[in-house]
Amino acid sequence: MSLLEFARGPGMQVALTVFAVGCLWRLVALLLLPGAKDLSEPRRRATWKGLRAILRRSWPRREFLDNSVLRVVIGYAFHIGFLLVLFFYVPHILFFRDLLRGLVGVPFGLSTSVTWPSLPTSVVSVLAVVALVALIAALVHRLLNPVQRLISNFDDYFSWLITIAPLATGLLAYGHVGGWRYETLLATHLLTVEALIVWFPYGKLMHAVTVFAARGAAGMSFERKGAAL
Amino acid sequence: MNTPAGAVPEPHPLELDEPRLSVRKPAVRFDKQGTLGDGERVERAMLSFIRDFGRTSALYMESCVHCGMCAEACHFYQATKDPQYTPVWKLEPFKQAYKREYGPFAVLYRAFNLKPRVTVAELEQWQHLLYDSCTVCGRCSLICPMGIDLASLISQARHGMFEAGLVPHELWAVAERAAREGSPLGATPKVFAERISWLADEHEIDIPLDKPRADVLCTMSSIEIMKYPEAVVATAKIMRHLGLDWTFRSDGYEATNFGLLSGNVEWQKKLSLKLIDAAVACGARLLVLPECGHAYGALRWMGANVYGKPLPFRVLHISELLAEHVRDGTLKLKKLGKSVTFHDPCQVSRRGGATEAPREVLAALGVELREMQPSKDTNWCCGGGGGVVAIHRADELRYKVFRLKMEQIEATHADLPVTSCGNCRQTFDDGQRHFKWDQTMHSLLDLVADNLDEPAKSA
Repeated sequence: MSLLEFARGPGMQVALTVFAVGCLWRLVALLLLPGAKDLSEPRRRATWKGLRAILRRSWPRREFLDNSVLRVVIGYAFHIGFLLVLFFYVPHILFFRDLLRGLVGVPFGLSTSVTWPSLPTSVVSVLAVVALVALIAALVHRLLNPVQRLISNFDDYFSWLITIAPLATGLLAYGHVGGWRYETLLATHLLTVEALIVWFPYGKLMHAVTVFAARGAAGMSFERKGAAL
Repeated sequence: MNTPAGAVPEPHPLELDEPRLSVRKPAVRFDKQGTLGDGERVERAMLSFIRDFGRTSALYMESCVHCGMCAEACHFYQATKDPQYTPVWKLEPFKQAYKREYGPFAVLYRAFNLKPRVTVAELEQWQHLLYDSCTVCGRCSLICPMGIDLASLISQARHGMFEAGLVPHELWAVAERAAREGSPLGATPKVFAERISWLADEHEIDIPLDKPRADVLCTMSSIEIMKYPEAVVATAKIMRHLGLDWTFRSDGYEATNFGLLSGNVEWQKKLSLKLIDAAVACGARLLVLPECGHAYGALRWMGANVYGKPLPFRVLHISELLAEHVRDGTLKLKKLGKSVTFHDPCQVSRRGGATEAPREVLAALGVELREMQPSKDTNWCCGGGGGVVAIHRADELRYKVFRLKMEQIEATHADLPVTSCGNCRQTFDDGQRHFKWDQTMHSLLDLVADNLDEPAKSA
């Protein structure tokens, strides 16, 4: 079995399994905890409106912007670049369709009919570079900002490495850089992706899921009090 | 608890003739209570921290990405630029313990010792961060892009610290006094009754105490009783103006809750139940909380949860009561004709949701309201909340933070700074003396009581 065959086959299967088990474990562990019941007389009864916080917290209030705008811009550059590349690059779309076929199965006819528009390859490569540069900027910020340097731990740096790796190897594969065979570059890319998938549920990357729940929960408890979101 | 060698019967004498009320500056500090062993302290701290850990708190613990933006919202960080005052860093030992002992992957963390066990030395070090340098003002909870309510986690960490016997000397002393005497600052039922009788004579006003039945139960903070007794008179004048059937009760008058501030859940409950039971006893349909920030959080938002069922009466902060009666036209006020800037008490505005109430009252007073920048929900805290003002060793740090407030207020060039919290007021009084500042913080309640349009009422 070649490296590429391994990465495409058993490697990916193991990674996805570890990913699924980890995510499920972490989310179930959270959901099984008792929800705190609030008996106070709500100022606003429609507490679900606090879910506005999910959107609201996507951008800091004007009063807070002065000292945090750089971090916010870096964050947006990375997340937008990364997500667009992840979901709108033609080979990635094919990968997700394959994955869907594996999960849902052909009988439903979903995997063959479901598809979505892709971005031109040139755009994707620019976006990948934007995400890569933003990640480097984020690391520099983390290292230079005394607050972030103090509060950072292994998870922060390891998650950074795990995230930048597939971006870098993807760009290398795309550009056929380094004199390696394309198959080797692609295999390397896939292996770094698998590392990301494996690590995802166990570290801070999981915020991709919990952020919405945390914002929503805080929003609803604040809304109940009639407090600002 | 440990007491100083050769302790007199009164180990923590109060100091009531200073701008800020607390226990007298201790010659020797006792910031470690009880005789627990180190290991036991850590264990109790962590157990207590997670005891009430629901889904939401756990979700918060799971979501931090260490972006550090909370520091930008924290007055202690802004005033010092010292990264240790980053709000989420104040929780570090508890985060560590959560991952190791409680989180979804606790087994892995323990098996591979990925997070070392928290030590008592760390907890002692963190006492400064959890108490001296956090007013639980919740500004950080408003900036967090992950939506983490950091202030609620700090309160939970304080529960742990109390159980471990690691509370700052003064906060422990006043909280213990509150649990024992019913008031943290010596406003015992006897003192309260005496004050009322004296104030009623002095101001020739009827101040009902212990009426068996009343529609409205009014409460006071010990800061007002001991330091701003005119607040008692102001309350009586306003109640008379509104024509309400009201009373104070000697079995439930003290609205401050140092159980909450110090982190003792039992004492918090005991103090809240006094108010609740008194209101139930006199059949009150409304309990009015005084000009006090944390009293509002303690009863308005936590009272029912302490009680175990919904409260059988409404709870309003005095500023909300005033605003309601401005709205229905029963509170008639003379125009003040001055410019005012309003300092939002964090627990009433940002954490309590009653941000607009005092502004409605000020509008009825016809003042020109000059808002600070920032104001309302993102207002800077005075630096004295959360029990900080009582802690002597925190003074220097608190004064640094207070400068932010002074600058904000001066920039408005308003005639009067006004607030609606006795604890903010005493923090301002103390800051005023320290900086020989020419501004005095005023009370919204007093302002209203002094400007009641009485003839219009009798007309």
